[in-house]
Amino acid sequence: MKYLSDIGSYAIMVIEVFRKPTKWRIMKTLILKEIDELIYGSLGILIFISFFIGAVVAIQTAMNITNDLIPKNLVGFATRQSIILEFAPTFCSIIMAGKVGSFITSSIGTMRVTEQIDALEVMGINALNYLVFPKIIALLLYPFIIAIAMYVGIFGGWFAGVFGGFSTSADFIEGLKLDFIPFHVTYSFIKTLVFAFLLATIPSFHGFYMKGGALEVGKASTTSFVWTSVVIIIANYILTQLLLT
Amino acid sequence: MIEVDSIHKSFGEAHILKGVSTVFETGKTNLIIGQSGSGKTVFLKCLLGLFSPEEGSIIYDGQKYADLTSQEQRDLRQDMGMVFQGSALFDGMTVAGNVMFPLEMFTKLAKSEMEDRVDIVLKRVNLVDAHHKYPSEISGGMQKRVAIARAIVMNPQYLFCDEPNSGLDPRTAIVIDNLIKEITEEYDITTVINTHDMNSVMEIGEKILFLKDGLKEWEGTKNEIFKTDNKAVTDFVYSSELFKKVRQMYIEERN
Repeated sequence: MKYLSDIGSYAIMVIEVFRKPTKWRIMKTLILKEIDELIYGSLGILIFISFFIGAVVAIQTAMNITNDLIPKNLVGFATRQSIILEFAPTFCSIIMAGKVGSFITSSIGTMRVTEQIDALEVMGINALNYLVFPKIIALLLYPFIIAIAMYVGIFGGWFAGVFGGFSTSADFIEGLKLDFIPFHVTYSFIKTLVFAFLLATIPSFHGFYMKGGALEVGKASTTSFVWTSVVIIIANYILTQLLLT
Repeated sequence: MIEVDSIHKSFGEAHILKGVSTVFETGKTNLIIGQSGSGKTVFLKCLLGLFSPEEGSIIYDGQKYADLTSQEQRDLRQDMGMVFQGSALFDGMTVAGNVMFPLEMFTKLAKSEMEDRVDIVLKRVNLVDAHHKYPSEISGGMQKRVAIARAIVMNPQYLFCDEPNSGLDPRTAIVIDNLIKEITEEYDITTVINTHDMNSVMEIGEKILFLKDGLKEWEGTKNEIFKTDNKAVTDFVYSSELFKKVRQMYIEERN
């Protein structure tokens, strides 16, 4: 029953986020601040992770090619498919649930604990619009960093494949071009946009409705990470079923 | 003036407010006192419109809150200033940013006009050199003064304070008490203070409402609190030896 009640509360929260908008002059500043914190601030870690994930995918694929009948360009092909279809959109989103999600929950949760949200409400401000809407808009730029993650991931695969002696540059690039379906990139960006919305709203929900003190802020951050990850994985399955089959 | 007529508020099985009625007059500092769990904070949050009472009504200068449209309720809230127990200043904003925030949200004043207004209220609360500091860089007493400045910057009709002295040393607490009293008289507003601090009761309690178990147990002025025979009030107010002696001296002086 609690889960059903939470889903209902989440839906009401999402509707409330879009009501009684804050003045554009103020909202504009809030959006830019969130872009800086949520998007620009995550760029470094995502580039770092993507590079090494791409490298590991390339090495593991190469290590498993034991049959001479399997073409060497499979290393590039497998790296591209893995990075574009799953690692960049889904794996990075799980990482973001930890980094950005915990930040959102703890910052909003701390505002709740220190009565800053009450202060907004007493002033007649729609606190949900003021706090959550800029995060949703900022995370609309999330596909751009995922595009960078895709590029860096594939580059990591090429780097490890070529400099590790697992593939030639020509084979790797041939594999990258092999059977390329542009819709896979579209599918990946559609998933990313849905995950971006989940990344903005689920941690906000856990922060906004938390009760208690500093300890509960920590607990809410953990719960938020778990639930954001779970919902992203379920959404990933549903979207894959809908878009690729 | 705020008229409260028999309000009830429950949370699940817990019946917190059980029909509290009172009147808070304009230009006076009205204090709500009572033990922890007596319903003071819930009562204050009902006055602020953060909680809706299940029964009874709250009337702000003739406007019954429950009968107002949501837009009218938002407009009325802009006439309310609130000083929270922990100040509730926005961490990411400077002192000036915090005070300017309501002006930016609700007025169309030019930036220079807003800055002038911020200067006036910060000067009024005796904070002249703190404009560019962040809340974490100033003392608890200064944070309270910033919170008061933010609460009065929109020229509110009603000022609510939730334990404005908590965590402050006695001297700073008196400064804050006097500041609130002066502002109440100067701006001719209705001030309601939720407090545990008996010094505040003795200093600025022009009207005191004592809540016990969600009911109005007693109400009167700071002079009447010396004379009352209500055991619940005397047990609460004169729980310390110092206040017992003060009361004894007051009674002896009167006799």
